[in-house]
Amino acid sequence: MSEMSAKKVLFEPIFTNNPIALQILGICSALAVTTSLSVTLVMCASVIAVTGFSNLAVSLIRTQIPNSIRIIVQMTIIASLVIVVDQLLKAYAYEISKQLSVFVGLIITNCIVMGRAEGFAMQNPPMLSFLDGIGNGLGYSIAILFVAVFRELFGSGELLGFTIMASVNDGGWYVPNGMMLLPPSAFFIIGLGIWALRTWKPDQVEEPDYKMSAHKTREAF
Amino acid sequence: MAKKKETVGKTIQVAFALCIVCSVIVSAAAVSLRPQQALNQELDIKSNILQAAGMSEPGANRERIEEQFGQFTPRLVDLRTGKFTTPEELGVPDALSYDQYRAAGDPNMSTRLSSAQDTANIRRRAHAATVYILEEDGEMVRVVLPVHGPGLWSTLYGFISLEGDLNTIEGIGFYDHAETPGLGGEVDNPRWKSQWVGQKLYSDDKSEPQIRLVKGGADRSAEDGEHQIDALSGATLTARGVENLVNFWMGEDGFAPFFKNLRDGEA
Repeated sequence: MSEMSAKKVLFEPIFTNNPIALQILGICSALAVTTSLSVTLVMCASVIAVTGFSNLAVSLIRTQIPNSIRIIVQMTIIASLVIVVDQLLKAYAYEISKQLSVFVGLIITNCIVMGRAEGFAMQNPPMLSFLDGIGNGLGYSIAILFVAVFRELFGSGELLGFTIMASVNDGGWYVPNGMMLLPPSAFFIIGLGIWALRTWKPDQVEEPDYKMSAHKTREAF
Repeated sequence: MAKKKETVGKTIQVAFALCIVCSVIVSAAAVSLRPQQALNQELDIKSNILQAAGMSEPGANRERIEEQFGQFTPRLVDLRTGKFTTPEELGVPDALSYDQYRAAGDPNMSTRLSSAQDTANIRRRAHAATVYILEEDGEMVRVVLPVHGPGLWSTLYGFISLEGDLNTIEGIGFYDHAETPGLGGEVDNPRWKSQWVGQKLYSDDKSEPQIRLVKGGADRSAEDGEHQIDALSGATLTARGVENLVNFWMGEDGFAPFFKNLRDGEA
């Protein structure tokens, strides 16, 4: 990785190296906070802020961090940032923070944040690390927004709380697909999304670990 | 340089400095934002009370909510005796700052319910609860009572609002729960909540609350039609939880003794 322009660092994680679709990181929160779009948007903003600033902070002190405690140091920085974000949400976006409940706190354990701090920020200068954090946050956001649009639209017939398809519960015609509101549906949507993305960019398809050989031996009949 | 930073002294130094910086940032955020957060929480509870009472206006701002809430008088009720109690007795500055749910975790301020009593499965009940009374010309026309109990995934916390006869329901609302969205989460659906309005808690003898959540649709023309509410489809356990918690809180171990005292003028 000799040529690392700021633009590349910022935009690469969005489609070509998406943390959810390619690296399959951070799936846990993608299941939990994607039932409605407005909640997802706030979650995205929080994750972008945390990945950006944790990368920045880790990168700033990267020459000072002793190797033996580097993971703990990263963890402490991330945890502090997450608490600050949580407190801010509680003060200025109370309704949404209630819906996000524990998931804001769980950003601490989001593999993307930790992964970028350890994998990128420990070796790169602050500004580049900051952009990398923002980029990965954006990549995460694109993926979970994609999931949230489907889940809210088909699960309750709404987008951002505006009715798109009037549901039968409110006297309309659309019978909401309850499964969309349950966690497994996020898996299905992410799976289909990865399929679509890899059809578009075939170079993301992983090499199979082994090839299935034809069946040769005759066994008991 | 690379060698120097791996010493024990350096490790301790970095760890110490980092802890100081992080704790200062975290506590600064927590302390400086606390008043705003407390305000939000208080406002949230107030608007939930208004909602249960059917008085909430969509898009009402802070001032309007405060103004409407100002019509209510918060009072403390001792659930053991069914009589009004005072903030001094509970060791709180005023009725609004009493936290029933925190008290329920304190052995000195709550009672353990026996399994026979505990029909809503709440385990401990605080000695006292805050009720919100609306009076017009010296007469009580509306009372909003806190209720809670477990559904499927979570404890539902809400308010139920009764008319002055202490029998007719004016509204119900849950402000905190984590039931499945679209299934149990439909307890928040305004259309479902609107069915509660005008239903009766008690039959003529006013002893046991009779609320039933019926599968397959409530039959208003049935003999006990005035106690029936539609159950939630796909959410049997949430519906059962709601039925149990309403009947528990309106029953002998909930607010029923208080209602009796109110009717007799002895509260």
